Amino acid sequence: MRINTNLSLACAAGTLALTLGATSSAWAEGKSLTMCWAAWDPANALVELDKDFTKETGIEMKHEFVPWTSYADHFINLLNSHSSECDLIIGDSQWLGGAAENKWYIKLNEFFDKNKISMDVFVPASVLAYAEWPKGTPNYWGLPAMADAVGWTYRKDWFAKPELRAEFKAKYNRELEPPKTWDELLEVSKFFTGKEIDGKKVYGSYIFTERGSEGITMGVTNAMYNYGFDYMDPKEPYHMDGFVNSAGAAKGMDVYKELFDCCQPPGLTNAYMQEGLDAFKSGQVAMQMNWYAFFPGLSKDPNVGGDKIGFFVNPAGPAGRWTQLGGQGLSVVAASKDIEDSLLYVKWFAQPAVQQKWTDLGGASASVAVLESDAFKKSADYAPSFVESMDIMKDFWAEPLYIPLLLDMQNRVHDYVVANKGTSQQALDALVKDWKKVFKQEGKNPS
Amino acid sequence: MSGTNVTPTLVDGMAMRTAAPVARRLRGLSDRSIAWLFILPTMLLLLAINIFPLIWAIRLSFTGFMANLPAPAAFIGIDNYVDILTDEDLWANFQITAHFVFWTIALQVLIGLGLALLINQKFRGHSFWTTVILLPMMLSPAVVGNFWTLLFQPQIGPFNYLIGFFTGIAPSSFTMIGSVALAPWTVVLVNTWMWTPYVMLICLAGLRSIPDYIYEAAEVDRASPLRQFWSITLPMVLPFLMLAVLFQAIQSFVMFDMVNLLTSGGPGSTTELVSITLKRAAFEKWETGYASALAVILFVTIFGAANVYVRALNWVKQQ
Repeated sequence: MRINTNLSLACAAGTLALTLGATSSAWAEGKSLTMCWAAWDPANALVELDKDFTKETGIEMKHEFVPWTSYADHFINLLNSHSSECDLIIGDSQWLGGAAENKWYIKLNEFFDKNKISMDVFVPASVLAYAEWPKGTPNYWGLPAMADAVGWTYRKDWFAKPELRAEFKAKYNRELEPPKTWDELLEVSKFFTGKEIDGKKVYGSYIFTERGSEGITMGVTNAMYNYGFDYMDPKEPYHMDGFVNSAGAAKGMDVYKELFDCCQPPGLTNAYMQEGLDAFKSGQVAMQMNWYAFFPGLSKDPNVGGDKIGFFVNPAGPAGRWTQLGGQGLSVVAASKDIEDSLLYVKWFAQPAVQQKWTDLGGASASVAVLESDAFKKSADYAPSFVESMDIMKDFWAEPLYIPLLLDMQNRVHDYVVANKGTSQQALDALVKDWKKVFKQEGKNPS
Repeated sequence: MSGTNVTPTLVDGMAMRTAAPVARRLRGLSDRSIAWLFILPTMLLLLAINIFPLIWAIRLSFTGFMANLPAPAAFIGIDNYVDILTDEDLWANFQITAHFVFWTIALQVLIGLGLALLINQKFRGHSFWTTVILLPMMLSPAVVGNFWTLLFQPQIGPFNYLIGFFTGIAPSSFTMIGSVALAPWTVVLVNTWMWTPYVMLICLAGLRSIPDYIYEAAEVDRASPLRQFWSITLPMVLPFLMLAVLFQAIQSFVMFDMVNLLTSGGPGSTTELVSITLKRAAFEKWETGYASALAVILFVTIFGAANVYVRALNWVKQQ
């Protein structure tokens, strides 16, 4: 018994020593990591989440959040100058090519293998967009962090008004419901435009038109994908003729223009996320295109949230149903002075429990387990359409020279959709020419 | 030596006021060397911040360098210049810039001269009104851009409301900065609003420099006010006016911030001035070589035009 007691004491002491040792190695008093991202609602959720990391490891988390308008410029400049200002970065999906080829990020394959972090637990489109470069190869530079896509909100209370429903049925011989196709979207938008609701003239829909950064491209692709647009021939890389400027792609652009011409509130010719939120919250539009990341906030809005708001997936077109991918991946900055602790954070963030809490706090995990759970689907009105959107996401180019590619598309689309310059076919033919020039600069062989 | 009353040279003067060891060294320098010594820091500064970047930009304009990529600058000859000079979109942007410069200058000269003639009259509260008229040019172009963006808001902007009030058109039925037809005139309007006071100020200086006795002599000769204006006022103000046109033409040609904030060059490219194209190429697309070539072309254009104009100005002065 005595021997047993001694043995027990020795074991307890040993366990305590091991535990203390292990804890002290992880418990890093005075250490800190800087996380860089955009300044928006989900960033506040991240600040809350990171408190748990600090509690568990003792590593203080600092945050550098930059407004969306200067997010890309600011952080790409930092990365390009090999600044160690950020240890971890939640970077846009399009940065991945440049970040990988210019060694701005740490390649994570070895680390994932060592820590048994599998990409299979995330939605495939999110892995492709936020982690892989070159695309479609198992080379990982990030961990899916903030899943996002373009979705739509609508005024459920307006759609439920009996007099409007009756009028719509008489006119279109079907019920007034959230549109499932772009043709229906046009019809419903035209129906609402010019109506007086609650003593105010309203408009059918709000769509992205911003010209300076990425807005109109992130909007128009939602129509173009579904009418047949593709970035290149899937069988021949960088062959764009007949894909970017196909008849279907031009038709998709025409539909977007028609929607802009008929139903966009006046003055919103250079408008992106915030202007859409303002138009919807002020009761100016019946439907709004925007990123899912804003929907938790909108659903709680005292004026238009709760029972007044509904959500739907980007409508389908003749060529299928796709939606524009948004969101970002979590990467470790190669110039960080504390790569070991940064990797520790990635490991911590990848844990299923943390992914669940991230979503609960208002972030958006790309974890299949979180998204497929009944609890998530029932957690909010927008959750089912968000889950559906995750399976139909398509992303813009993520090439090292994605910025010129994006700005070329911005110019061509804005010139046609907003400024009525030429035809959609001419705009897309010119875009192919622009893009070929950029790819040649990149050393690729476009055709 | 002490008995001479020869005026000390500049070097001696300085040496007398300087500590002995330094003074000994200074006495060995000529006046010319001292002059060079004084202007050397300024020359070096000018070389560092003006001449060196210019030469560097000219060098880069012959390369395909991209500042956001680690690849070194590769020499590509005159490809950037060929690209620029054969780019239809860029020519369209030059036309937009020419439209903007021409109309802003024309309106600023007409209104500025008119205001100067008014302010030049002696009336009660004349100083107060001069200050009020000068206010727009004291604002930052960024403030002006944002401020007018709000004024032009179709739903809440007072500009549309006023137009609606006087014409009966529904205020929200048109948009100044979002319309292809109106946006080019919108930027002209705002730039004119901001910089007309500057033209007025220069014209006022010209008007005040005309001696009263010329007008008195004209009145003795019974010259009508219109005759006095054409024969005295306008010719004597003309060199001042031409100077104002030169300043404003250069300022309008390189205008960026106000237009960028007001329309971002849109809708489409309808208000995309060449300066906006340059900024996009240099700091958004990071096409540093291409942007350098465009900057060189702009520099040569402005420099050449200004040179011709200054010769014309001198000719007018001589006349």
